[in-house]
Amino acid sequence: MGRSFLGWPVLRQLSGRDPLGRGPAVRSARTDSISPRIATADRVAKSVCPYCAVGCGQKVFVKDERVIQIEGDPDSPVSRGRLCPKGSASKNLVTSSMRQTKVRYRRPYATEWEDLDLDVAMNMIADRVVKARNDTWQDIDADGRKVRRTLGIASLGGATLDNEENYLIKKLFTAMGAIQIENQARI
Amino acid sequence: MVFRKNSLYGPVDPAAETGYDPHPPRKGFFTDTSVCIGCKACEVACKEWNEVPDDGFGMLGMSYDNTGNLNANTWRHVAFIEQPRRSGSPEAADGGMARAKAPPVELGMPAMGPDSDGATDTGHDKPDFRWLMSSDVCKHCTHAACLDVCPTGSLFRTEFGTVVVQDDICNGCGYCVAACPYGVIERRRGPEGAKNVGIAQKCTLCYDRLTVGEKPACAKACPTESIQFGDVEELRERANERVAQLHERGVMDARLYGNDPEDGVGGTGAFFLLLDEPEVYGLPPDPVVTTRDLPQMFNRATAAGLALLAGAVVSFLGRRS
Amino acid sequence: MAEAHPVGFQWVMEAKKRGAKIIHVDPRFTRTSAHADKFVPIRVGTDIAFLGGIVNYVLQNGLEFRDYVVAYTNAASIVSDEYVDAEELDGLFSGFDPETRTYETGSWQYERQEAEGSAREDHDVQRETASAMQHETHGISVDGEVLRDETLQHPRCVYQILKRHYARYTPEMVAETCGVDPEDFLEVCRAWTENSGRERTTALVYSVGWTQHSVGVQYIRTGAILQLLLGNMGRPGGGILALRGHASIQGSTDIPTLFNLLPGYLPMPNAEQHTSLQEWVDAVRKPGSKGFWSKAGAYGINLLKAYWGDKATPENDFCFDYLPKITGDHGTYRTVLDMIDGKVKGYFLLGQNPAVGSAHGRAQRLGMANLDWLVVRDLFEIESATFWKNAPEIETGEIVPEECRTEVFLMPAASHVEKEGTFTQTQRMLQWREKAVEAPGDCRSELWFFYHLGRMVRDRLKDSTLERDRPILDLNWDYPTHGEHAEPSAEDVLKEINGYEVATGRPLSTFMEMKDDGSTLGGCWIYTGVFKDGVNQAARRKPGSEQDWVAGEWGWAWPANRRILYNRASADPSGKPWSDRKAYVWWDPDKGENGEWTGYDVPDFEKTKPPTYRPPHGADGVAGLAGDDPFIMQGDGKGALYVPQGLIDGPLPTHYEPVESPFRNPVYGQQGNPTRKEYQREDNRLNPSPREGHSDVFPFVFTTSRLTEHHTAGGMSRYLEYLSELQPEMFVEVSPALAAERGLEHSGWATIVTARSAIEARVLVTDRLRPLRVEGRTVHQVWMPYHWGPGGLVSGDSTNDLFGISLDPNVLIQESKVGTCDVRPGRRPTGKALLELVQGYRDRSGVVEGQYAGVVTTGPGADGIHEGDPTGEGPSGMSRRNGHSGDRAEGQDEPGSDDAAPEGS
Repeated sequence: MGRSFLGWPVLRQLSGRDPLGRGPAVRSARTDSISPRIATADRVAKSVCPYCAVGCGQKVFVKDERVIQIEGDPDSPVSRGRLCPKGSASKNLVTSSMRQTKVRYRRPYATEWEDLDLDVAMNMIADRVVKARNDTWQDIDADGRKVRRTLGIASLGGATLDNEENYLIKKLFTAMGAIQIENQARI
Repeated sequence: MVFRKNSLYGPVDPAAETGYDPHPPRKGFFTDTSVCIGCKACEVACKEWNEVPDDGFGMLGMSYDNTGNLNANTWRHVAFIEQPRRSGSPEAADGGMARAKAPPVELGMPAMGPDSDGATDTGHDKPDFRWLMSSDVCKHCTHAACLDVCPTGSLFRTEFGTVVVQDDICNGCGYCVAACPYGVIERRRGPEGAKNVGIAQKCTLCYDRLTVGEKPACAKACPTESIQFGDVEELRERANERVAQLHERGVMDARLYGNDPEDGVGGTGAFFLLLDEPEVYGLPPDPVVTTRDLPQMFNRATAAGLALLAGAVVSFLGRRS
Repeated sequence: MAEAHPVGFQWVMEAKKRGAKIIHVDPRFTRTSAHADKFVPIRVGTDIAFLGGIVNYVLQNGLEFRDYVVAYTNAASIVSDEYVDAEELDGLFSGFDPETRTYETGSWQYERQEAEGSAREDHDVQRETASAMQHETHGISVDGEVLRDETLQHPRCVYQILKRHYARYTPEMVAETCGVDPEDFLEVCRAWTENSGRERTTALVYSVGWTQHSVGVQYIRTGAILQLLLGNMGRPGGGILALRGHASIQGSTDIPTLFNLLPGYLPMPNAEQHTSLQEWVDAVRKPGSKGFWSKAGAYGINLLKAYWGDKATPENDFCFDYLPKITGDHGTYRTVLDMIDGKVKGYFLLGQNPAVGSAHGRAQRLGMANLDWLVVRDLFEIESATFWKNAPEIETGEIVPEECRTEVFLMPAASHVEKEGTFTQTQRMLQWREKAVEAPGDCRSELWFFYHLGRMVRDRLKDSTLERDRPILDLNWDYPTHGEHAEPSAEDVLKEINGYEVATGRPLSTFMEMKDDGSTLGGCWIYTGVFKDGVNQAARRKPGSEQDWVAGEWGWAWPANRRILYNRASADPSGKPWSDRKAYVWWDPDKGENGEWTGYDVPDFEKTKPPTYRPPHGADGVAGLAGDDPFIMQGDGKGALYVPQGLIDGPLPTHYEPVESPFRNPVYGQQGNPTRKEYQREDNRLNPSPREGHSDVFPFVFTTSRLTEHHTAGGMSRYLEYLSELQPEMFVEVSPALAAERGLEHSGWATIVTARSAIEARVLVTDRLRPLRVEGRTVHQVWMPYHWGPGGLVSGDSTNDLFGISLDPNVLIQESKVGTCDVRPGRRPTGKALLELVQGYRDRSGVVEGQYAGVVTTGPGADGIHEGDPTGEGPSGMSRRNGHSGDRAEGQDEPGSDDAAPEGS
């Protein structure tokens, strides 16, 4: 059963205080029940903008395990709830249809990507790391100095990563003897 | 049917006028362009919240403005105006009147100067240069022509005094598009797959957010409080104070736009502090609600209208049964 | 600042509303300039001349904050009588060796201080290892008492040396060099000095483009001198703030993914000087010096314990031998050139897009095309993952997909809302992010990737008996995991970073609790306290509105939650605030048993050490710091106006021209930074500067920076609709005058050419750029953003392709904010014709294969290249050998590296 005959806009218009039909008389049921999605979110995660180094507070609204809105956190003494265009585009960033969600693999001399299972890719990478390290290992350098390292493996990145991640990256590479470990701070 | 005084023209409380009783204070924007840094956070925050699709990917060559104007896919639009002024010109003294004769958007084409290479012996003949930035938006007019001409009741006045399209009602007739004196509202033409294609689209002043006491997305994001949201009455006071403050500091170009209830649209719910003539920003200097003369026209058409209404009742009953 | 850090700029706008005056000095009129009370255009690359001019203005007019300067800086310290200033040696300081292009620094030392033994060799090694950065953070070593003259009259005291050094930096010299109106310049001088002193402070905010110069470190040094002279350091509203450009770039320096550092600015040991734990520790703590680096042994041993756990014992020097040793420059640019030379097998790119974002994009891509394998971890299919199919070199035939052997793994990454952890932002503040949702599909965090990669590598080596595999097998790598994908716990990692008592697991509250006997461990000593009382302090979110203006209960700042470093300097020597208005931290004699430091912030000083404390004779370390020595990490407790050691290129900043410049250095015969790092190879040719002749082939200066609407190399912006539409195309900004001169049409196309490459861009003719008058002639400057590449929703040419590689000698950061170029109307040619265009420019500019211009251009070491003789003869060959002798010093076996680079010519 829909709205009663009395709910028909023209009657509401003629009988109410909105004779020209520009306000309450023409509101649809959807309009009457409107509610912003932030009000019905399942939870809100407190986060920080991933772009520049100002460190603006973000509130990440989640509904049905999907991010439905990211906006500034007014509690932050750094940003007071405000965001720049990049920070404001954070939902666009994390929910973009262009995001890569599957491992892609380019075989030597290939002209196209192939799909690759994540586990397989991890194992292949581990194999290559072990091999490159063995193939390029130096216990001493040409001048006889003890160096205990490989110059065959390099890494660049980390300025958009978490401290905890950088910590494990440096720890693992250092233990493996890889020293050409660099990030944007050098650039 | 009789029009009350000022239903379509002059000062009025729009929510009360349309029959909300009681109703919350009228809400609006005061956009203070003197502190706009042109970051476009408002454009993005608006799109993120309202799920407005992109507006195409073309460079316009209009300074840093690549969205061009308000339309169905751009509900906040930041204009950039590059204004070279030679030092010692009379403009500073006359409040910028002379400058208003310049084209609204300076395309940055080579300017004639005293020196062909633009650098003088001392390098000290600097152009006194201004780069104006301003975030435009639907004005949420006191007398909104778009709403007055809408035949379906899609456009409606909210309890906050704002003007909003009901996407589920709009049939895409487009009367509102021609009626808007600012060229704000437009039917969405794409991109493919976007929602509400064919439907009239514009700023809602984040009506849904307002219902739970949240600020509109653009005002919330704005880093410098160029976009201020609040009760229109209070915002108007704030705007007057700001203009006075700027005048005191010698910024004689500062003026308000859209704050006057006596203007052609009865004042706007979203008004602006500008640093130059409205035309410079691409705003009409003296907008008039296009339905200003409607009462006279409407009274002549009343008889015909009633006859049509009777037909509509029959049709409605038939459809619902 | 408005362009690249808009939300930070809200505080500038707030200050403006309260009446602050904003001055913006920039080559071009930006969104920041639009809100400045005064915009001062400047020639790119002349900042030391500009700031040096202000230093001169301060000293000539006696405007320094005298009480502060005498008490808290080394102004009174007396320097060796062997020191000779660059002003007397035409741009070189005393001790220069033209063969190695480094300094022997004995003559730079304070009076009566023993010079270091082999200082010159030191510098050679230091430049190769970016260890100046290590030195700077570890403070200068000051052994014993330094002679001081607190009247500042002694002709060899730092104050007088400074005064003489900058005496020629007059407003006229600034105008001539920087193209700045002398009146504008004086207005800046007045504003800065009038707003500094007892009652007022001035903040110097720079963005890290300042670091991207061949004299980048000295740019910042000049700012430091000025701020110290004016008493603006360690005080509220003052300081020097680096506005860094990435969410955790501060964190990735503190917990470094950098070749020369270990966590907490401990140096990566080098094979020459750090062959034992003791040598390594002593190199940091500098026995005899004052300050908190004296505890370096504890910091280092706690790190080794964090790495190797139970296996690290006092008996085995806590596994110090497990650390690999560096032997020279292993920086990212050197590594990329090594890739081109086939020396590198595998490469990881972690949220980084060097194909677009690093200088000399072509070298970056050719390097990637010559690997065995490449792992790219990113949110999108960025250009560094697709060089084999859409690099510009495909079109020119320099990369042929069917011949390119590099195996590429593109591993999708989790976004910032799909994992938890901390960023450390530009204000040294750690902020914890809560995880909002699970990452989609195969997307994983770096934490997951590296934990499991480590686990799998360990598994593959588990039966190994090779000594080389012990560091991996003995690694403390047992992190608990949770969830469907076995994600390691970021909070557990943060606890390890914070440190804890080994026996009890009790988190340490401060790095002063770190022991050097193995009873505690901690992965990054400066972060100790982030888990104080077992609470994740970085996750604190007490609303700013419920706190005072310091807001110390939001997040956690290192060290020890101090928001302003060296804040002891906010009080006068007796411990009272310099003024009520600027009170911040002060000595309260009634607090505690015998008085305590107190205030709005955590005092950056020993809490109970009174201002009157004087160290006993011979005291060193923390006890050696007097009660009025606020710069507690420096070896003498003083702010360094003059730097006797630690900098490769001189104890004082002095003006050098950029490596590529259309002008002769107006101050000295020495043209550019004589100690800069250069890789003189055929694939890294530089445009000639005037003394070499033909510099008119590249007559214009170009610079590059960010747009608000994009982020660095575009990996987080060009793939988003909402950002791409706002700035959809690559463009170049030119002045109306240059447009008229070169026939450039607004909205049309232009081609920008250097000796490396040619790129095209849409033309924006704008009065925001204007020619400047320098050395009696007009110079045109053009500006380009650097966000584009062939991928993404919107694509375009990459500005970084235009740059060559030449580096600041202290930190090995590239000069990528200034270069010379030509600008011509129309689009660039494609395919082979593009290479021909660039080659034509090289030929006309006198770039001859196998011949390089000398770097030293004055004194006995100046080579024989003169104006009109761009090809040079013997001396250029010598200089070239010099360039490579630096490489050889690294001690690798590198046959054939002298003639690297088969392609591109």
